[in-house]
Amino acid sequence: MKKFMNSADDFLKESLQGFGAAHQDIVSCHYDPNFITRVTPTKEGKVALISGGGSGHEPMHGGLVGHGMLDAACPGFVFSSPTPDQMLAAAEKVDSGAGVLFIVKNYSGDVMNFQMAAEMMQGPNESVLTNDDVAVEDSSFTTGRRGVAATVVVEKIVGSLAEHGGSLHECKALGDKVNKNSGSMGVAFSSCTVPAAGKPNFDIGDDEMEFGVGIHGEPGRRRDKVKSAQEITNELLEAINEDLKPEANEEILLFVNGMGGTPLTELYLIYDNAKNMLDKKNIKISRSLVGNYCTSLEMQGASITLTKLDEELVKHWDSSVHTAAMRWGV
Amino acid sequence: MSVDFLIETAKKIQVIINDNSSEIEKLDQEIGDGDHIFNVQRGIKLVIELEPTIKDLIMSKALNQIAMKVLSGIGGSSGALFGTLFMTMAKGNAIDEGVDYKKAIEIFAEGVEAVKQRGKADVGEKTMMDVLIPVSNCLKKGVEDDKDLKEILKEAVEVAEKGMFSTKDLLATKGRASFLGERAKGHIDPGARSSQLMIKTVCESVINS
Repeated sequence: MKKFMNSADDFLKESLQGFGAAHQDIVSCHYDPNFITRVTPTKEGKVALISGGGSGHEPMHGGLVGHGMLDAACPGFVFSSPTPDQMLAAAEKVDSGAGVLFIVKNYSGDVMNFQMAAEMMQGPNESVLTNDDVAVEDSSFTTGRRGVAATVVVEKIVGSLAEHGGSLHECKALGDKVNKNSGSMGVAFSSCTVPAAGKPNFDIGDDEMEFGVGIHGEPGRRRDKVKSAQEITNELLEAINEDLKPEANEEILLFVNGMGGTPLTELYLIYDNAKNMLDKKNIKISRSLVGNYCTSLEMQGASITLTKLDEELVKHWDSSVHTAAMRWGV
Repeated sequence: MSVDFLIETAKKIQVIINDNSSEIEKLDQEIGDGDHIFNVQRGIKLVIELEPTIKDLIMSKALNQIAMKVLSGIGGSSGALFGTLFMTMAKGNAIDEGVDYKKAIEIFAEGVEAVKQRGKADVGEKTMMDVLIPVSNCLKKGVEDDKDLKEILKEAVEVAEKGMFSTKDLLATKGRASFLGERAKGHIDPGARSSQLMIKTVCESVINS
């Protein structure tokens, strides 16, 4: 294992310290328990948005704290859910009295820990559970679909509504709507190494790809030989379209997300290939996002997310945002 | 059951988990995300480190401290599930007036039921519940039938092992292994293995005492 680290035990702490120092105009990092808040207190009457999850997916979620998005983020250990004490401390710090909306990715550990926090919390709170990964079959008998890159889209759009005075109930409803309107699927060329583990999470051959991979390298639909970018892109989009069923002329957001180890050059190539296919189907790309937002440490790979848009979603997507990882309109 | 017993047993569990750590890690890398062993090791270490804080506390407070420590110190599913187990045991009726083996079994069974609710997993879903639920039922049945304690515990050790091995041929429907579908078959669940080792240690330390 080659990583920029001094010791596995200090890995997260040092990374958080660096993040806090580099973006001290936007965020404050708090330790023991660990959570990240905006540098400014929550406006009176504004619903507070709190997300969190295992570390290793940066910039999600700490890089999405700031004006127009999250009020706080709770980073767990690498690939391990944060804990209720973090969420409670974050909630105490950012709740202005208008309530707290937890944005949670559908992974067992995250769900259970956020649920315990919600049960222990005194004030009003709601949760939005994201489950956009179409690689996994949804079923009431299983954990169900995973929450992946569309979580970034949910946080942007709901963040804007909260900034514009949306109530807790309205924020929750919009979050559920964005999640329902979104579908994602990813593919991995290589594995990734959790610092504490010291060796790759899974084995994968030089000529192989994991199709439908999760954001911790969990297996997806199948192991396959690497194909051309256009073929991979087509297959990802077909799987998403099958689930999301966008209509001809429907406007969508096309989000090409890097897993951490794939250069932007390749992500833009995927964007081009995706546009080819969506153009053929007369699906209108009205908004775009390309970059590393929901990563899996150093994994080589990418995911595509489509979100069906309407006037309301476009308005909140376009509104100003000022976070470490996303910044426009300011 | 005393607070001393909890601490001494945690120390024994640490030894057996460390002895089997590479096996558990390998199981988790096959069907999970590879962090289970670190979570379990961290949790046990934190509980052992609580010794000076809890050794003179009454049972309910000691269990509650353990619960909060594993909840905040482990993270992930393991933290929430083990936190729920100890938090529920801490709420056991009249435990500060003494915990005999019948009481210990009663609060353990209540804890297991709460964990089942928290994780929404039952027997047959390839999780640690395939060990904990049968063990809990076996212990309760043993008390009902008025069996000898050592006999009950020997039976529980066997039931735990059987439950652990049963996960091998199951399809996972909960947790990260569920994403594997058919590919998870043929692998023992790492959470079932670590739970089985813990149950074995607790039971055997009472049998041999």
